[in-house]
Amino acid sequence: MNKDLKIATRESYGNALATLGEEFPNLVVLDADLAGATKTNIFMKKYPERHIDCGIAECDMTGIAAGLATCGKIPFIASFAMFATGRNYEQVRNSIGYPHLNVKIGATHAGITVGEDGATHQCLEDISLMRSIPGMTVVVPSDDVEAKAAVRAAIETEGPFYIRFGRSAVPVVNDNEDYKFELGKAVCLREGNDITIFANGVCVAECLDAAEMLASDGIEAAVVNVHTVKPIDKEAIIKYSKDAKKVFTCEEHSIIGGLGSAVCEVLAENCPKVVTRIGINDEFGQSASAGVLMAHYGLDAKGIYTKVKENL
Amino acid sequence: MDNKQLEIVATKVRKGILSAVHSAKSGHPGGSLSAADMVTFLYFEEMNIDPTNPKDPNRDRFVLSKGHTCPGLYSVLANRGYFPVEDLVTLRKLGSHLQGHPCMTHTPGIDMSTGSLGQGLSAGVGMALAAKLDNKDYRVNVLCGDGEIQEGQIWEAAMFAGHRKLNNLTVIIDNNDLQIDGRVGDVCSVYPIDEKFEAFNFNVINIDGHNFDEIRSAFKAARECTDKPTAIVMKTLKGKGVSYMEDKAGWHGKAPNDEEFELGLKELDDKLSTLEGGAQ
Repeated sequence: MNKDLKIATRESYGNALATLGEEFPNLVVLDADLAGATKTNIFMKKYPERHIDCGIAECDMTGIAAGLATCGKIPFIASFAMFATGRNYEQVRNSIGYPHLNVKIGATHAGITVGEDGATHQCLEDISLMRSIPGMTVVVPSDDVEAKAAVRAAIETEGPFYIRFGRSAVPVVNDNEDYKFELGKAVCLREGNDITIFANGVCVAECLDAAEMLASDGIEAAVVNVHTVKPIDKEAIIKYSKDAKKVFTCEEHSIIGGLGSAVCEVLAENCPKVVTRIGINDEFGQSASAGVLMAHYGLDAKGIYTKVKENL
Repeated sequence: MDNKQLEIVATKVRKGILSAVHSAKSGHPGGSLSAADMVTFLYFEEMNIDPTNPKDPNRDRFVLSKGHTCPGLYSVLANRGYFPVEDLVTLRKLGSHLQGHPCMTHTPGIDMSTGSLGQGLSAGVGMALAAKLDNKDYRVNVLCGDGEIQEGQIWEAAMFAGHRKLNNLTVIIDNNDLQIDGRVGDVCSVYPIDEKFEAFNFNVINIDGHNFDEIRSAFKAARECTDKPTAIVMKTLKGKGVSYMEDKAGWHGKAPNDEEFELGLKELDDKLSTLEGGAQ
């Protein structure tokens, strides 16, 4: 893990789109007046004719993307997660999901790391919403490397695809040379025989730090990065749970419906375990800086360490 | 196709609507019948389509944004040869390709899945935009209900279409003046429809939606308009062609019983013999 190099995954998103624009001439990007914030303006500058600003009209943007997809385009719709999955949920379900159209939803500013804008803009339900739509792939990248790989995977995978990007800069976790992104395959980033923590997104780096703190107390934690929430990697979840003394999940999302729920579903049906879900406990966020909020809601390394110790 | 031929086809289409909804014991005859002449015209005269090649990338597109009136679209598609007319009576039955609302992955000839009101125009805008991006000359037609334009997304899409000067897009408003809860003007008035679309930078044409000459000249004007999308506001009669259904909100989403079905069928058969007799 490279802690000196911090990049927001929304930045990776914009860069990946701009890089892949040449290889995929049918790639088009739609925005709803947030091209600067979603970083898709990096693509816009390179391919202005293939960038479509729909104005502040997310429901319309979603439908336009559906129409473009019926004509062979590969549209990415970009907005904050709140407005790319919440405002337009029914358009995503009925105009994209039901006809299984090849639309990619690249949402930025997910979770509490939106920071100062507060609860109205901190989407904590997007994974839950998107995961329940039949045929929707759901990916939560942990860093720059994974975010870029996820954008390519989305383009190369036919059908609706949701990727969750963040606002705040995060450390590069996957900076090893032999890194390979495999859709639907969880990655064990740290082995440990005592407990297992399944995490994704910004929580992966925090969990790796928490694991070091636990190790100094003599507790060896495995940290498994579940970047693909749907389809979930059942095999890896069972494999890393069955011998663990305790299982934890950790995500920057409501504990209802996200990664925690997905892991519990697998374990309940295949390998019953007591699971502690670390996330936002069925409440709304609030205004503060991203770092302060991560600490307040117990999603930083110290908070995760404390929660694990309390639940051993 | 001459007007008499179109009338004959539209009458057969109406028979198909009645048979499908009667067989399903549910569905939406009123708005299917009000738009039957328009949808017949689109598939039998106006649009560049080929029933043997329904996915032709260069075809003209049709989006039935008021998806609940799919019995009308299904009947037109069947009569045009996309699938057998006999399929119509499988409407809304388990395993049928004719779902209660149109689904592009089930039914040949359906260009967009619709049914949740207000969403079809955005999809049509996307298709029209794709044609512009690819320098293709296909046209996109979207049919909306007059009640449907109470949905805000319609106006988001209209604003974008006007802004982008999508002259390859035509939106048709089926102004039968009835929605489930009553007169459109009483429930939540959408009037004036024409001035609203004018304000959104559309080329607006008002017509009688049961007059093929007016329908024909409206599309000619739409094709000749170079700098704006077109909105055709058509005055229609809900339930048109089946006397007891005409202008009755109650027939929005109700199937005829056996007796009503026979009565409606007889009216349409009588009309058909008059038309076909006259044609010989």
